[in-house]
Amino acid sequence: MGKTLAEKIWEDHIVRQADGEPDLLYIDLQLIHEVTSAQAFDGLRLAARKVRRPDLTIATEDHNTPTLDILKPIADPVSRLQIDTLRNNAKEFGIRIHSLGDADQGVVHVVGPQLGITQPGMTIVCGDSHTSTHGAFGAIAFGIGTSEVEHVLATQTLPSNRPKTMAINVEGTLKTGVTAKDVILAIIAQIGTGGGQGYIIEYRGSAIRELSMEGRMTVCNMSIEAGARAGLIAPDQKTFDYIAGKPHAPEDFAEAQRYWQTLFTDSDATFDHEITLDANNLEPFVTWGTNPGQGLPLNASVPNPADIADVEERGAAERALTYMGLTAGTPLKKIAIDTVFLGSCTNGRIEDLRAAASILEGKKIASTLRMLVVPGSERVRQQAMKEGLDKVFLDAGAEWRNAGCSMCLGMNPDQLAVGERAASTSNRNFEGRQGKGGRTHLVSPLVAAATAIRGTLSSPADL
Amino acid sequence: MEKFIKHTGSGVPLRRSNVDTDQIIPAVYLKRVTRDGFEDGLFSAWRSDPEFVLNKDEYKNGTVLVAGPEFGTGSSREHAVWALQNYGFKAVISSRFADIFRGNSLKGGLLTVILPQESVEAIWQAIERDPSTSITVDLESRTVSYTDVTLPFELDNYTRWRLMEGLDDIGLTLKHTASIDAFEAKRESYKPTTLPIRI
Ligand code: SF4
Repeated sequence: MGKTLAEKIWEDHIVRQADGEPDLLYIDLQLIHEVTSAQAFDGLRLAARKVRRPDLTIATEDHNTPTLDILKPIADPVSRLQIDTLRNNAKEFGIRIHSLGDADQGVVHVVGPQLGITQPGMTIVCGDSHTSTHGAFGAIAFGIGTSEVEHVLATQTLPSNRPKTMAINVEGTLKTGVTAKDVILAIIAQIGTGGGQGYIIEYRGSAIRELSMEGRMTVCNMSIEAGARAGLIAPDQKTFDYIAGKPHAPEDFAEAQRYWQTLFTDSDATFDHEITLDANNLEPFVTWGTNPGQGLPLNASVPNPADIADVEERGAAERALTYMGLTAGTPLKKIAIDTVFLGSCTNGRIEDLRAAASILEGKKIASTLRMLVVPGSERVRQQAMKEGLDKVFLDAGAEWRNAGCSMCLGMNPDQLAVGERAASTSNRNFEGRQGKGGRTHLVSPLVAAATAIRGTLSSPADL
Repeated sequence: MEKFIKHTGSGVPLRRSNVDTDQIIPAVYLKRVTRDGFEDGLFSAWRSDPEFVLNKDEYKNGTVLVAGPEFGTGSSREHAVWALQNYGFKAVISSRFADIFRGNSLKGGLLTVILPQESVEAIWQAIERDPSTSITVDLESRTVSYTDVTLPFELDNYTRWRLMEGLDDIGLTLKHTASIDAFEAKRESYKPTTLPIRI
């Protein structure tokens, strides 16, 4: 019987298999950042262990870094210590690092693909759940905890139980104004935050194939919000073209490509679970609650918890509405926004900035809100400036920042105040995610831009 | 890692679903470079509410957290496990855990026990009726027991053995260095490396 894409890659990486034990999986690449690595390096030191493959490891600074005045010493001493610790560890263990101010610094999941280090058929890990982003290239990429970071540093392997496989088929054509972000928000609303638990999801179907590499990354990025271990998409010509010419593209491209072309799900393979979504009917999507599964088309109204049959879900919806300060029945488009955040590893790539800029060009953002534009990486920032996008944002009244995670997780000074409401292109609308007491509506870059202009949740069609 | 064979303690009922890792420990607490001291950030947004269960005297000494479904969704931060352990929790019971959180917990010796939601509900009721009810989580017999109830739970033999022996995963893997060497010897040359740096 045939194999699924995930099964092929998994089997290609088994170092050791024994009855009743997890597979020992070889890891082709580990990405490192400041927040989840310090304790791992400490562990290595304590046990007098080395990093087995510094040449399969790369570090960047992103979560905890400021997006203003980046060349000044970091003001918060605790944040500074964390960054310094990463720099010292990278030096001590011989690991490549892209620090603040470096041409390749940026959010870890933007950096890998832009360097061409993310390639099809790889196993990629990082102490960060959105590692699933790299699955867009046809790789098995997943987030791990700090103990596992240490394990991979020491052995370049990871004992892992093989996940089940799920296919999500998105068939049809997306309407204008409907983006990859809307697709993944609709998927999560359908299957729930636990729907992908225990699975590697393969996104398939004509609507997925039509997406650009950036769009595919947006979809795979949020696999974790559906509870999945990882998400991936079979590589195709678009994938190969994206990698070609990147700094770390294979020297023998033809040979690599011959292998990449074997990376697809065989026609007679079966998935443990399969779901189909109609792309033709999708609308721009927005979340109203405090988990990414609590989303609806932008034209809908805030749901009434009383209409939800499941007791747990009803309770969660009631709590979410209280936290979000929303009343059932309010049209989503009537919700006024205080802050628009454009950025993150979900939607902080060049295509996302171009999309938002195309809406904002020649317009002003509403006087009632602020808009932060935070490129996913320094390379994206440079590219955007080359195209004059920074001017578009600044002329519209938005702030143009340096690269980093920024308000995606509110670990650096970019945070929401208590009660402040954001339309955010990031991936998590958890309570307090963007700052204690802050309220988050997840949206696409197009919706973010239209919302910035109108002041209430809007799509470009409303302009 | 400390061995986990059996633990008896009182329970803390956390009647919420989808408790994500940003709730367990918000990002602002993740700046430390050690593995300890994270108890101050545990459930920090809720701790200011006097009605929050951890603030109630009768639950202050609980060591077994009994949580709603989808516990630990969200970020991969192992700090969530450390925060629970630093606070004093030895086990968490829920009907569903997020994958990464569960992996982290079982690696670090915090036992996450999956029970059906009806059983979780029954335990909630028991500890709400009598907060001093002791709960025993026994890895040897793979059971949770309280009052006169004994509930079996599943955990694969390998993980159970590792926890009961308190074994460090890295040490176990390093025994197979020869297999890793052999695998690397066959790895394709076109696979990317991060060094030397190319720009
Ligand atoms: S941008 Fe947000 S989701 Fe992405 S790595 Fe940074 S904090 Fe995590």
